[in-house]
Amino acid sequence: MSGVRVLVGTRKGAFVLTSDGRRDDWKVSGPHFAGWEIYHLKGSPADPNRIYASQSSGWFGQVIQRSNDGGATWEPVGNKFTYDGVPGTHQSYDGTPHPWEFKRVWHLEPSLSDPETVYAGVEDAALFRSTDGAQTWHELPGLRGHGSGSRWQPGAGGLCLHTILLDPADPKRMFIAISAAGAFRTDDGGQTWRAINRGLRSEGIPDPDAEVGHCVHRIAMHPSRPSVLFMQKHWDVMRTDDAGESWREVSGNLPTDFGFAIDVHAHEPETVYVVPIKSDSEHFPLDGQLRVFRSRTGGEEWEALTNGLPQRDCYVNVLRNAMAVDTLDSCGVYFGTTGGQVYVSPDGGDRWSAIVHDLPPVLSVEVQSL
Amino acid sequence: MIRVVLPAHLRTLARVNDEVSLEVEGRATLASVLDALEARYPVLCGTIRDHDTHKRRAFVRFFACEEDVSHDSPEAPLPDSVVCGAEPLLVVGAMAGG
Repeated sequence: MSGVRVLVGTRKGAFVLTSDGRRDDWKVSGPHFAGWEIYHLKGSPADPNRIYASQSSGWFGQVIQRSNDGGATWEPVGNKFTYDGVPGTHQSYDGTPHPWEFKRVWHLEPSLSDPETVYAGVEDAALFRSTDGAQTWHELPGLRGHGSGSRWQPGAGGLCLHTILLDPADPKRMFIAISAAGAFRTDDGGQTWRAINRGLRSEGIPDPDAEVGHCVHRIAMHPSRPSVLFMQKHWDVMRTDDAGESWREVSGNLPTDFGFAIDVHAHEPETVYVVPIKSDSEHFPLDGQLRVFRSRTGGEEWEALTNGLPQRDCYVNVLRNAMAVDTLDSCGVYFGTTGGQVYVSPDGGDRWSAIVHDLPPVLSVEVQSL
Repeated sequence: MIRVVLPAHLRTLARVNDEVSLEVEGRATLASVLDALEARYPVLCGTIRDHDTHKRRAFVRFFACEEDVSHDSPEAPLPDSVVCGAEPLLVVGAMAGG
């Protein structure tokens, strides 16, 4: 591998950042889809030139874009997301029934083996799949049919399915997460699902250890060990070693365990990154210091990474889809902020620099190692 | 020919630089003009009105001859001056900052 391509979704368009393996000299392309919200872009592992992008607007709704040349040119594809059968209701913010209504695509997850197959996590929470390169979409209704769907409630950002993890060792297993319902797993390719929230404890809901209702912000997996998952919950950093059957807290010595983003080092399955945020009512770093925290022990023991990051007067946020790692020999770690910076560390977090300073608020960051 | 003026974001999406002209079979209505628009530019399906119900998106309005026709029946005839092409049908996105 000789370089990287960073796919950045922002409030006002998409940007593609490219560099060679040194990752110190960057070319910036964009804005693509200027003026639209780009919640997420992601490339196909089976064909890195195939990239899918979620483009949306409060005025004009959802558009899905597809590139066959690594993001140089794009074509709009299918944007019709129709819930299967009678959609029914989930709960509104005040606990009253609210009909399921499609709003936007939060996350696109291309298949590990087929560039034409891609999953979409949407708001109001549901999982869709396309097998024709995103031309047509069909819901996998077993998730909303889990039985708890009528009890799901939105987080402040909406009732969004924001995380999709495909198990490299088992094509029929995948994990998803919904704010504020929790985490779910299928072992049969999406036909049936089970809630995997045992061990989570959330003080903001009537029953703190309920089966569903937890505001899971993000889940991360190392591909070599797909039964070990790390979670940034609303509050608490969590870990499971049994594919979600049980979770335990690994927040350890973090200065605050609220946050959104979490990811795992590409070559060290026990090395985990989070960006602690002060609290659920103050969405910025503690003490105005932007610090990534790294655990080399799979949680519990965390060290602050600050070299190259602003250590005073910094009040940005790092959103749940805005952290990623590359797979070069020296693992690169990336994150974007609501202040429009995209930071890179080419050495696993020891030193950081800003690739760009002044983009629109960053919603998502993904990396392709080329 | 019916002339339709699209908002900037939809012109970009449809890859048109200016207003578009559409042939509409029979008496022109809002519904038949939007049908013709979406047939010519399928990428606009779902961006102005719902794919299935055809309900107008909340922040989209339709203006004709200095009148807001957003709440008229989609099957109501459009004004003669729009039908003959003297005036355009305007598809408008609500003004907003940010």
